[in-house]
Amino acid sequence: MTTIILAIVIGAAFGAVLDRIGATDPNWITKMLSLTNLHLMKAIMLAIGVGSVLMFSGQMLGFVDVGHMSVKTAYAGVFIGGLLLGAGWAAAGYCPGTGLGAAASGRKDAWFFIAGGLLGAAAYMLSYPFWKGTGLLSGEKLTLGAVPGANYDSLTTLPGDVLGLVMGLVIVAIAFALPDRLRGQGVQPAPAE
Amino acid sequence: MTLNWKTGGLLLGLVFFAAVLLVKPIGVSTQFVIFDAILGDIATPDLITQTEDGYTSSNAYLAKSGGKYAKNAANPLNYSFVFVLAMMVGAFGSARLRGGVGADERKLPAIWYANYGDTPIKRYAVTFLSGFIVLYGARLAGGCTSGHMMSGMMQTAISGYIFSAGAFAAAIPVSIMMYKKEA
Repeated sequence: MTTIILAIVIGAAFGAVLDRIGATDPNWITKMLSLTNLHLMKAIMLAIGVGSVLMFSGQMLGFVDVGHMSVKTAYAGVFIGGLLLGAGWAAAGYCPGTGLGAAASGRKDAWFFIAGGLLGAAAYMLSYPFWKGTGLLSGEKLTLGAVPGANYDSLTTLPGDVLGLVMGLVIVAIAFALPDRLRGQGVQPAPAE
Repeated sequence: MTLNWKTGGLLLGLVFFAAVLLVKPIGVSTQFVIFDAILGDIATPDLITQTEDGYTSSNAYLAKSGGKYAKNAANPLNYSFVFVLAMMVGAFGSARLRGGVGADERKLPAIWYANYGDTPIKRYAVTFLSGFIVLYGARLAGGCTSGHMMSGMMQTAISGYIFSAGAFAAAIPVSIMMYKKEA
């Protein structure tokens, strides 16, 4: 029961924040991906960096359970799947989470995105044996450094918690260093809708 | 009203941290499979079956990793599925509190209108097809923007960096080609 309450609270907070940073708005996603306004990219990178710094420093101080980490397997299909997702993300301005949020906020096109998504997921369920047969799904769960107490292999032998903290700070620095836009000119769109 | 990136990014980072502190990192795209499996099991009740030590499925994807997807579809009141439903409620509530999405935007986003005019049918066809390849790609990759990009990079997961490289390598050129005019 506690788990369900946490799911409700954290899930609702995630949906609300996605809405407030503009991530459920395809106009903002398109500005980010066409590099004409990087507001959203800066927000997301800051979030990843802050999350990283808090998680790894919490692990080092001992109040964050390393067992709560969930590192996914790295395999060739991750890149191919990333390419497919990227193309559709750009065309629609939605990814799976933000599409659901956008549909809930009343956007009609997002409901079509979800319908297509359910069909796409079903198509993958049926074609899974094919992909498995190609060998493109086999790989390892890898982190950048060796995280103490975690059972993941690592790319380097550096201490994973310290490296994670540093990477978090680097990502925060990139968020601050990124310009407002990389392409196009004209009037800078106002930060508010 | 959109938050500035510093406030918004900080809040989002705190949500990521709360998730991994209290439960596990955030992820969304698996739940499309779970919802499909729930529907599939209603249509053909022998899709998911209970075994002595859990659940399995006649579908190899649902049966993989000891039938964990089959199990979650058989018990939708689990953390990950409720998380995604709550995310929709949170986005709905937040949008309402800031005055809601306008009627024009609900029908067609401004960026589409600026580039393709008043063509809702074309827009809905494009988003439907996009949804298909996005979720097909996410399942092939084993995660999406949430699970791989946000949660993965947060944890210094190599899979997160590989995924993000692929996603942006495709997304940036497609976006530049499709949306030449700024809204």
